[in-house]
Amino acid sequence: MANLEHLISESLSDFNACADMPALENAKAKYLGKTGALTEALKGLGKLSNEERPAAGAAINVVKQAVEAALNARREAILNAEQAKQLAAESLDVTLPARAQSTGGLHPVTLTLQRIEQLFHSIGFDVATGPEIETDFYNFTALNIPENHPARAMHDTFYVDENNVLRTHTSPVQIHYMENKEPPLKIIAPGRVYRVDSDATHSPMFHQVEGLWVDENISFANLKGVVQDFLQKFFERDDLTVRFRPSFFPFTEPSAEMDMSWNGGWLEIGGCGMVHPEVFKHVNIDSEKYRGFAFGLGVERLAMLRYGVNDLRHFFNNDLRFLSQFK
Amino acid sequence: MQFSENWLRTFVNPAITSAELSHALTMAGLEVEEMTPVAPAFSNIVIGEIIEVVKHPDADRLQVCKVNIGKEILQIVCGASNARVGLKAPCALVGAELPGISIKAAKVRGVESFGMMCSAKELGLAAEASGLLELPNDAPAGQDIRDYLDLNDHALTLKLTPNRADCLSILGIARDVAAITGAPINLPAFDVVKIESTKTQAVSVHAKEACPAYYGRVIESVNAQAKAPDWMVRSLERSGIRSISAIVDISNYVLLEFGQPMHAFDLAQLNGEVNVRFASKNEQIKLLNDTQVKLASDDLVIADNSGAIAFAGVMGGEPTSVTDATSAIFLESAFFTPDAIAGKARRLGLSTDSSYRFERGVDFGNTKLALERATALILNICGGQAGEITEIVNQLPERASVKLRYSRLCSVLGISIPKQTVGTLLTQLDFEFTENDDIFVVKSPTYRFDIAREEDLIEEIARLHGYDKISAIKPTASLNMLDAPEALLNNAWLHNTLQAQGYQEIITYSFVDESWERDLLGNANPIKLKNPIASQMSVMRSGLWGGLLDTLTYNLNRKQERAMLFEVGSSYHQTQQGFSEQARVAGLFYGAFQPEQWGVAAKEVDFYDVKATVDSLTHGEAEYRAEAHNALHPGQSARVYLNGNAIGWLGKLHPKWQQHYSLAKNTFLFELEASPLLQKSIAHYAEVPKTLATRRDLAVIVDADLPVQTIFDAIEKANIPLVTQVQLFDIYQGKGIPENKKSLALSVLMQDTHKTLVDIEAEAAMAKLLQLLENQFAASLRS
Repeated sequence: MANLEHLISESLSDFNACADMPALENAKAKYLGKTGALTEALKGLGKLSNEERPAAGAAINVVKQAVEAALNARREAILNAEQAKQLAAESLDVTLPARAQSTGGLHPVTLTLQRIEQLFHSIGFDVATGPEIETDFYNFTALNIPENHPARAMHDTFYVDENNVLRTHTSPVQIHYMENKEPPLKIIAPGRVYRVDSDATHSPMFHQVEGLWVDENISFANLKGVVQDFLQKFFERDDLTVRFRPSFFPFTEPSAEMDMSWNGGWLEIGGCGMVHPEVFKHVNIDSEKYRGFAFGLGVERLAMLRYGVNDLRHFFNNDLRFLSQFK
Repeated sequence: MQFSENWLRTFVNPAITSAELSHALTMAGLEVEEMTPVAPAFSNIVIGEIIEVVKHPDADRLQVCKVNIGKEILQIVCGASNARVGLKAPCALVGAELPGISIKAAKVRGVESFGMMCSAKELGLAAEASGLLELPNDAPAGQDIRDYLDLNDHALTLKLTPNRADCLSILGIARDVAAITGAPINLPAFDVVKIESTKTQAVSVHAKEACPAYYGRVIESVNAQAKAPDWMVRSLERSGIRSISAIVDISNYVLLEFGQPMHAFDLAQLNGEVNVRFASKNEQIKLLNDTQVKLASDDLVIADNSGAIAFAGVMGGEPTSVTDATSAIFLESAFFTPDAIAGKARRLGLSTDSSYRFERGVDFGNTKLALERATALILNICGGQAGEITEIVNQLPERASVKLRYSRLCSVLGISIPKQTVGTLLTQLDFEFTENDDIFVVKSPTYRFDIAREEDLIEEIARLHGYDKISAIKPTASLNMLDAPEALLNNAWLHNTLQAQGYQEIITYSFVDESWERDLLGNANPIKLKNPIASQMSVMRSGLWGGLLDTLTYNLNRKQERAMLFEVGSSYHQTQQGFSEQARVAGLFYGAFQPEQWGVAAKEVDFYDVKATVDSLTHGEAEYRAEAHNALHPGQSARVYLNGNAIGWLGKLHPKWQQHYSLAKNTFLFELEASPLLQKSIAHYAEVPKTLATRRDLAVIVDADLPVQTIFDAIEKANIPLVTQVQLFDIYQGKGIPENKKSLALSVLMQDTHKTLVDIEAEAAMAKLLQLLENQFAASLRS
């Protein structure tokens, strides 16, 4: 039997000379194909005696395994090279901008309102709404502001007709809500309000959030506690404090202006007080049994402070260069 | 309410600075809105008397003055034309600091000058001045000008709440300052005049309830042309009131002192008895402001035999007013009830110092004292002799006894105030009270019109005790979870859905230009405001597109090239019953579908891009019907239906409006009622098929104008067994398709819940489908 050892080195150099898979398959046939050198050698084993055959077979197998190993190694190398080539061809400039629709955004007043609602919701306040074209009764009379009361002059009211106004505050929502629900009650009422006033610091339309909590043991100190808690959470500052200043609203008593500590001074952020017994009387709530507090916050004011907006007029000009700053 | 701090300090003078006083007032509920010094800071300015004037040797317009400043005589070069011997004027000494000027010894055109004679402007007392500030002849040379003109003073402006009518006077504010600080009150000292005239004026009061107290007296031989003294003019000016004539100034002075409005009539013009009554039918009066006013039957007037001579508590009449020629006056001091005066001035578009006070409540305890005070001042300044006071007093208001429960006080405020403190505070307020069994029974003074119930007292106690002493205490309450209906979305869902699709939210005014309503939205009868702030904000919107288009043009004018805008807000409608409001969401898409970017062919937004947005807002449940809208392109306009109800519109802005708004590119709009969008169905599990679906495609040719939705509706209605889904994946018109026809390519999914379909079953279902299309839509299979 001829020595087959040389096939190992020959096949190795044949295989390595192959650049791609078809060439490698051709080269494989020369050794392992039907008429390949090793296949022929294995066929020749039959001619050998029983004594010679095992040793010769083993010798062929050693060579065959070495050739197959060389084939596999080359096969893997070619596949790797092909994949590397494909990957290189497919590589991108990952720094190119993404393709996309424009980014939308929410109005800062909406962002502020959503934040207010979320914070009050977390202590169990429901959101209530009411009409913006209000009757004189809900906007004034039921809030203990009878006709000819000087407090009416404090509201520069838009009139729709004799009996209907654009609501000057969100307080009428209190009345609608209390007419239909039994205490205990906890609501906030966000929405648009209107005053005949237009200059750099007044808009004829703006947003308020009314808050109302009616229960058996609600106190003025609780009102301060809730408002202070809210402001600290809204501005994410534990050091904010609230100052109450005596004031007057016909629908609350005692009444207060709420000031918030801000950069070493005080900023007015709204009015508040204990629900006036006359208001409870209008909605048939027993003011001996129940007490309540109510407050009104200016939403634009909070938005200006929160986002550093320095001009109220931005909110309703709707300049996209302003609005797009809010996401 | 504006007043001079120094004037207040003559009534009550606590040992606190101006700033502390201002803070104390604010924290007691009398908010100080403004506090301005009456003069800027300056020093070293004294009264100088010019004792010699010589022309400057080298300057035509300058004079060299010798000025006596008391302890020495200075040489001062002066350019003022009114510099003359004997004139007394402010003299700034060397070392003086004026606003913007430092005074040094200097040579002026070669002549030495040791100071500067000053004008009112140079002292910062006036905006303009011509010449030196001329001081009275008796001004003492050498005295510091700040002392002489009482310039270390502030003008304070209070933003008073309507309940605190008692603080519409110096005395009233002083009472509160006394209550806060404990400092004593000093009432102005004056002697009640002697009666030297026998003249009286007959008075009768018919409107007894409206005018419970009326005092009046004649003063004869007054000099109506007299000038009010400087100190009075100064006090008035610092309180925001211009000097007019002595008699008017005195009545204003007493008005500010005691809060009592008064009126002086020219006695010679009165015709018979003075009567306080309600106006008679068609009665008219010519008021001091020269307007002729028609009176209503609930207007209270002062009348004589000739008719109304004053609108009581509001304004006097012109014919009986005091003039320079007046020699005898009838001076009135009365109490009119708030109910009688409230709203009267406002009806005439007026607000006078008098009506403002009467409608809030004037102290009826000082009506007579104020008359005596004014008389004394008139006699002192204008001369004259006073007659007896005619006095008609009926039933004055009774101050009710108000109960204050100590326990309720503490529980309402949420703090504990010692009971003894409550008593002390009531005493400081001059409230009479008795205390028994934890109950205070309190009677308030005549000047308080705002103490009628327990809460009023609780507020007074809290106010004086200090709102600052009320802690911030978080409430304790039982913990109940709030309802959270899953099928009900909230507005945030609308906002977030649109934001995620690239839309920017805007907020526009609810009142709009009437033409937007009439022309754009076809609303001939919008809700009008009676007092709009501007004509382009005069009606309430019935739809949101006007605001969106306005915002679009605003931004296009600022170089924006595309816009995706939305607004969530109400629309307002007239109804049989009155008015209704509807929450809506509306959007606008203008220009390119996507921002300009690499690798994407530029494409303008089209109907179907915006329809996708409406689909997402309607949870894919909406139905679209081609209907016409005033603002929309007739061929690209759809009414949107949800569950059979019309809930809004979608379409392309009509070309005429596109032109009207000068829009270079197509604009698409949608508007939907919000509340139907916020209803969603809660998911309910259906079994997932165990076998795979089979897909077959089908291309059919139908009439070009056949709405595709009708095909889907028919397929759904036919409910062909096994067919679970039919979708359009291509639409084609052109070569190979007859004119007026279109080819629709449909993908059909078929499914049997139990087993995999065999071809023969699928083909049978497809045949049924084709037959349906052939029968109902004259469709033919595209070969």
